[in-house]
Amino acid sequence: MNIPTTILTLIAGVAITLLSLWLGQNNHLLPIAATDNAASVDGLFNAMLAISVGLFCLVQGLIVIAAIKFRQRPGDETDGPPIHGNIPLEILWTAIPAVLVLGISVYSFEIYNQMGGLDPMNHSGHIKPAAQIAMQPESMTSGLLAASGPEASGDAAPQPNFAAGVGAKPGEMAPADMTVKVMGLQYAWLFTYPDTGAISGELHIPVGKDIELDISAQDVLHAFWVPQFRLKQDAIPGKTTQLRFVTSVPGTYPIVCAELCGSYHGAMRTQVIVHTPEDYELWQQSQLALLEGVGDPQAIALASVSAASKTDSEFLEPFAEAMSMDMTPEMIHQIHAS
Amino acid sequence: MTQAIAENLPSSAPPPEQGHHSPTTWRTFFSFSEDHKVIGIQYLVTSFVFYLIGGALAVGVRAELATPEVDFVSRELYNQLFTVHATVMIFLWIVPAGTGGFGNYLLPLMIGARDMAFPKLNAVAFWMIPPAGVLLIGSFLVEAPGSGWTSYPPLSLVNGQVGEMCWIVSVLLLGTSSILGAVNFSTTILKMRRPGLQLTQMPLFCWAMLSASALILISTPVLAGALILLSFDLMLGTNFFNPAGGGEPVVYQHMFWFYSHPAVYIMILPVFGMISDILPVHARKPIFGYKAIAYSSLAISFLGLIVWAHHMFTSGTPPWLRMFFMVATMIIAVPTGIKVFSWVATIWGGKIRLNSAMLFSMGFVSMFVVGGLSGVMVASVPFDIHVHDTYFIVAHLHYVLFGGSVFGLYAGIYHWYPKMVGRMLNETWGKIHFVLTFVGFNLCFMPMHWLGLQGMPRRVAEYDPQFATVNLICTIGSFLLAISTLPFIFNAVWCWVKGEKAPNNPWNALSLEWQTESPPIPTNWVGEPPLITDPYAYGTKSGRKSIGAIRGSDLWAAKS
Repeated sequence: MNIPTTILTLIAGVAITLLSLWLGQNNHLLPIAATDNAASVDGLFNAMLAISVGLFCLVQGLIVIAAIKFRQRPGDETDGPPIHGNIPLEILWTAIPAVLVLGISVYSFEIYNQMGGLDPMNHSGHIKPAAQIAMQPESMTSGLLAASGPEASGDAAPQPNFAAGVGAKPGEMAPADMTVKVMGLQYAWLFTYPDTGAISGELHIPVGKDIELDISAQDVLHAFWVPQFRLKQDAIPGKTTQLRFVTSVPGTYPIVCAELCGSYHGAMRTQVIVHTPEDYELWQQSQLALLEGVGDPQAIALASVSAASKTDSEFLEPFAEAMSMDMTPEMIHQIHAS
Repeated sequence: MTQAIAENLPSSAPPPEQGHHSPTTWRTFFSFSEDHKVIGIQYLVTSFVFYLIGGALAVGVRAELATPEVDFVSRELYNQLFTVHATVMIFLWIVPAGTGGFGNYLLPLMIGARDMAFPKLNAVAFWMIPPAGVLLIGSFLVEAPGSGWTSYPPLSLVNGQVGEMCWIVSVLLLGTSSILGAVNFSTTILKMRRPGLQLTQMPLFCWAMLSASALILISTPVLAGALILLSFDLMLGTNFFNPAGGGEPVVYQHMFWFYSHPAVYIMILPVFGMISDILPVHARKPIFGYKAIAYSSLAISFLGLIVWAHHMFTSGTPPWLRMFFMVATMIIAVPTGIKVFSWVATIWGGKIRLNSAMLFSMGFVSMFVVGGLSGVMVASVPFDIHVHDTYFIVAHLHYVLFGGSVFGLYAGIYHWYPKMVGRMLNETWGKIHFVLTFVGFNLCFMPMHWLGLQGMPRRVAEYDPQFATVNLICTIGSFLLAISTLPFIFNAVWCWVKGEKAPNNPWNALSLEWQTESPPIPTNWVGEPPLITDPYAYGTKSGRKSIGAIRGSDLWAAKS
């Protein structure tokens, strides 16, 4: 066994590289990617994971080898060689991480831009909400106003200011195909559909459409997170934040509150149902029928929220009772306020 | 190569005042002592007690999370447990132990001073900690804070005034203590060095303390400002951060993280310094790249001040600001990488003594690398949007603060215990402690990466049942971590009383703190402290000599 160290180093390097690349592609650490951009974020994660695995194996391997190879032998009280540094080596290990993080930065920037994070319409200096409403098609406007309740539609009450989220794709100037208003409150999500005036406790959206969520909060900070969309946005009282995305895989995915919002924070969950176009049409019809039948959006909201907590029984069963007792006055309050 | 040069220059330091200090007995440690060594040990023991309390709170959190349902504690109590756990671990354990404990004990000894620049202020800084800690822990008897250690408004404004005020006052006291300590450390390093000792001849721990002190001085007052405004909102009905009255909750987040991100470096820089001083001693090799390590501490300190908004990528932060904070955060990987590679190069080719101090140091480098790599990942905005406020972050921060800071603090205790106490720690118990800690730590925190990626948010008392098995593994790991402290406590207490007597320089180390008695006399040295211009001259002639046996005047050598 007299293999030269250079050969061993080379073999180890190749092995670490292959392992990193393989793990980068086959880690299965992330849940299913259900939006167009989620797959791009996963690509970024896989690249960073491959680099991290490689660097970890390098450092860890050197430490373990040093601990074995350079351990003190019994009776050896001498010191190691007096090496104080090595400028080329130090330049190398300054330059390599610098290049790596620059590469990751550029890659992240690209993905972020592709997601719509740099949407110029999507920051605090952006068009005043009143102007935005005026710009939108008539049906949208009336929908928005209807959804925001009779009091709000009557006066020009101070509009919330917009804060940045994730906006339109670069170059996309058209408004989203569909806008849903999302309201976080202790401890539920309320979704208002300006197109129909419907209100629900679960989010229903059609697959493949450009969806915009206008997110706000009633009481404290919440955060809207759908792990399968790789999207998260804080809901901030007094502000509206935005998420814009296109889903790609129909299905039912959890909506999780990710910002500590009080004692029932862990229970503040619901789901998003990504419908096929036909299914979505059916759901929309059912909502319209409900609206016509009852004629009272408040009642519908209450019905749908309590329905939501029932269908989520697997998760909420143990405390569904406490939830609805806790929630109902809040809900009513919320609906009256908005 | 530089040799270990010791000089015996005339010193302007005052002559030893033996009468000024009474002999150190156990009572001294409960007194308003002005001796930096007593204060250092006061800091270490006090903060370790709080570490055990904070650990007990964490065990409560993990016991709750052993099952998906809320069954062990109430939801309110659960939120209080993790809030106080984080506050205790940060403000009452790692910060006071790293800066206050080791900083106080080691700095004057390492630079040849007889005490800190402001001994009375030093004692005042320490004695602010016990009341602050009692107030925070005692709040459980009335109403504990439950808004997370970040205490974001509006939640912190509606969650109960008593608990929130206890938290604010406690953190304000601890922050003030930290500022007073930093004034002392920076003045001591800059002004109290033994005449002739250059900055670039100091042990690297001094550089790390200088960098950490700068961060404390610049950033802590901003936290104090935020907390005072928050208390006005809470008690006086002002609306600085309350959106109900037109306030801006996101401004609080900016002010909070302007301190609390640098706080991470306040917790890790002193440990970086300690590791840089421990590895060469037990690997018997000079530190690799002294200047690169020293200046990278300063670079981390500076960069640490301009990355705070990476905690706020989903808080409505404007897009270009997010890009700036992403790139700035990524750049920190460069000076950090320099340190890690330099440490590996330091032990490479040495004659490594695999004792407890060395095992914890090598464990530190290994675990910190994991936290550093996941840190680069979460700096990337598109990825952070997914994992922000999830268990991935919990895993990341514990790899930095436990795998990093706490492993490093343990390494420091094993390394300097003989100097502080005058007795050796038991190596067998030390190794048992290391193995239990290492296994328990990874069992507890490694699976959390997966939990966060898959969709488990942090700070929840109940969770999706699909995560039950992995959470149970984490809980078992946390119990193992709790058990791992027992051999250490036993070892430290037993050896304090009955341990084998330590020689003055048991590790045959070259830095100045080892060139005096164990434990040092109140004035640190009999006569002038020797001047060692290269504390890392292992492998050279004078390094091979038993330097502990010789005094400064014997070491007079050619001046450069």
